[in-house]
Amino acid sequence: MSFLRRYVFSTDHKVIGIQYYLLALFAVFVGIAFSVIMRFHLSYPEAKVRLFEWLWPATASGGVMTPELYLSLMTMHGTIMVFFVLTTAPQSGFGNYFIPLQIGAEDMAFPVLNMLSFWTTLVAFLVLCAAFFVEGGAPLSGWTAYPPLSAVGSIAGPGQGLGQTLWVVSIALFCAGSLMGAINFITTILDLRVAGMSLMRMPLTVWSWFVAALISLFAFAVLIVGGVLLLLDREAGTSFFLPAGLLINDRLLPNDGGSPLLFQHLFWFFGHPEVYIVIVPGMGVVSTVLSVFSRKPVFGYKAMVIAMFSIGLLGFIVWGHHMFSSGLNPYSAIAFSVLTLAIGTPSAIKTFNWIATIWGGQLRLNVAMLWALGFVSLFVSGGITGLYLGQPALDSYFHDTYFVVGHFHLIMGVAAIFAIFAATYYWYPKVTGRYLSETIGRIHFYVTFLGVYGIFIPMHYAGLAGNPRRYADFAQYDFLKDLTVLHKFITHTAFTTAAVQLLFLFSLFWCVRRGRLAGENPWQATTLEWAHHPAAVHRGPYEYSVPGSRKDFVMQNETAS
Amino acid sequence: MQPASGVKRRASYTGLYAFLASVIMFFAGFSSALVVRRAGAKDWKPVPMPDLIWMNTAVLAASSVMAEKARRDLRKGDRTRFNAAWALATLLGCLFLYLQVQLWYRLRDAGVYMESNVSGAFFYLGTIAHAIHLAGGAAAMMYLSYRAVRLELGPGRRTGVDVATFYWHFLGVLWVYLVGLFWFLAA
Repeated sequence: MSFLRRYVFSTDHKVIGIQYYLLALFAVFVGIAFSVIMRFHLSYPEAKVRLFEWLWPATASGGVMTPELYLSLMTMHGTIMVFFVLTTAPQSGFGNYFIPLQIGAEDMAFPVLNMLSFWTTLVAFLVLCAAFFVEGGAPLSGWTAYPPLSAVGSIAGPGQGLGQTLWVVSIALFCAGSLMGAINFITTILDLRVAGMSLMRMPLTVWSWFVAALISLFAFAVLIVGGVLLLLDREAGTSFFLPAGLLINDRLLPNDGGSPLLFQHLFWFFGHPEVYIVIVPGMGVVSTVLSVFSRKPVFGYKAMVIAMFSIGLLGFIVWGHHMFSSGLNPYSAIAFSVLTLAIGTPSAIKTFNWIATIWGGQLRLNVAMLWALGFVSLFVSGGITGLYLGQPALDSYFHDTYFVVGHFHLIMGVAAIFAIFAATYYWYPKVTGRYLSETIGRIHFYVTFLGVYGIFIPMHYAGLAGNPRRYADFAQYDFLKDLTVLHKFITHTAFTTAAVQLLFLFSLFWCVRRGRLAGENPWQATTLEWAHHPAAVHRGPYEYSVPGSRKDFVMQNETAS
Repeated sequence: MQPASGVKRRASYTGLYAFLASVIMFFAGFSSALVVRRAGAKDWKPVPMPDLIWMNTAVLAASSVMAEKARRDLRKGDRTRFNAAWALATLLGCLFLYLQVQLWYRLRDAGVYMESNVSGAFFYLGTIAHAIHLAGGAAAMMYLSYRAVRLELGPGRRTGVDVATFYWHFLGVLWVYLVGLFWFLAA
């Protein structure tokens, strides 16, 4: 096989998994860079920075960032992180690599489609990045791209021209890539399992990829509709989302009858399930890692599966809670609120089961385990504020404040990132044959763990004080003056936390050749990715400390214990 | 270890069902957008449906019937009849696409543009989205014809034809649904 076929246009699920992971890795550092720049600007709005002028000569002339540039960075940070990091790495990256290994299949069901889905995703990323280099620069309307301002073109702002068009095209391509991936995941898991691998013997990781693939399948198709209608409003002069009498920058638009709220419905019908596409694979990984390093079976395996399905299902009927302050009928707001709070039940079941899994176990507190424990901590901290935001009365105060920013970063942003780290440390020996450095890993973990709490918990206080989000500059508002110190603290914590990620990056590449050698089954785990060409499966996925067994773990493909 | 052919066949069907689920979600999202946009609009103008639409429907139905006949011929091992019927089904599918383009021209001549009224925009979008899916199906059918000419199909190797036929019927049903949707809500 030529180099190109083997490593670039490969149809091998492992190569594609690594390609997805590397794409997400590149994207996450772009996203982190944007967030650091934004934090810097919020704390030092007057500072002149050569780098800004060099990077964005039009929108940062003289080195001072314009509000338009701030908004475009915010938009790109959100879009890159949600789509190209949090959706790409846990689902497409680890899923592609480990689904066939964990269910004993040779490869994914449709290898060519699999290759195509990666390349579509990569093109989507390049199209998105191209928005920075076109006239007017990157879009300003946030990762949610609400019309009317996203639908009227450059009269709404410099980046709302071609930049916003590229954004819509990129997201549509990303949807297509994700749909191809979802079809592959579902088919592979349903039809290509090795003999004996009944559904209820699948590792929870496989279940979580399955649930996330189902959610993708139903959600992304609806986002495509929203994207196409938005594109037509922008390019073909239609009025799907543009109401009559729209006056923007002193220009009266000719549109008539459109409904901006319609876009919000289409967007959040996708957007809320999307957060579960992000977090559910993390739940699967964390369940496995907690079990392996507690040397105990996952507590309540069946309940975990049912809880994941309930979360996925409920996720489709709660989208209205993103629209409490958009002019929704108050009665439907109550319905959405009750359904939203209901998600607390399966989430609590999962949390309870994670704690019960480690309860009384022989804990091995290595770095993968630390990240998994960190995930549980963040999931609880971020989940509790969801109960506040899920109530229309409270949300009318919290909406569009930093309270929301703190909430979703904890539960969806960094919780998912912690799961990615747990997965990276746990599976690195499988992919490379070597361990990641435990010493660097511990420094990385503790600084990041304290760092993310140091960044996002204060944001809740800022939100309580009424600090609005998406503002490029707070200095001119008297009621926010008292929060300057708080924001400086957040900024400096963000700098430290971002810097320590470089340590991880170094470790990730350094250890490929220099890491400590790992054996075939370094964690003494039971699932099939650690086995040699398993011919059949004889037991469930988490048989640790089985009474009467001579070892403390029995692999799924072992016949006798 | 290559998976057994039975597994491949099952996987092809599962993949198809998953794909169809996402197509259904696309058109469900499209329909809900139409219903919501229409409900709140004072500007909704009916689309003058060209009579050609019934001709179109008949052509697509005939194509589906021929595809089904071809599928059964192949299962019985009658390759000659399969080739004829399958080619006819494909041709009828292409004819449908040609007639669709004519239909869009007639609408344009009747003064219905994307930007003139949102009802027309929905009509164009829905029919174009359907046509794109249909073009994909027609391409798959042509590919299968190519494989049939190379004698690669038979009673034991008919998964491609079975799956393509299922997809073809689905597109027919989807077309009937779209015509109904536009007939009742946009005409």
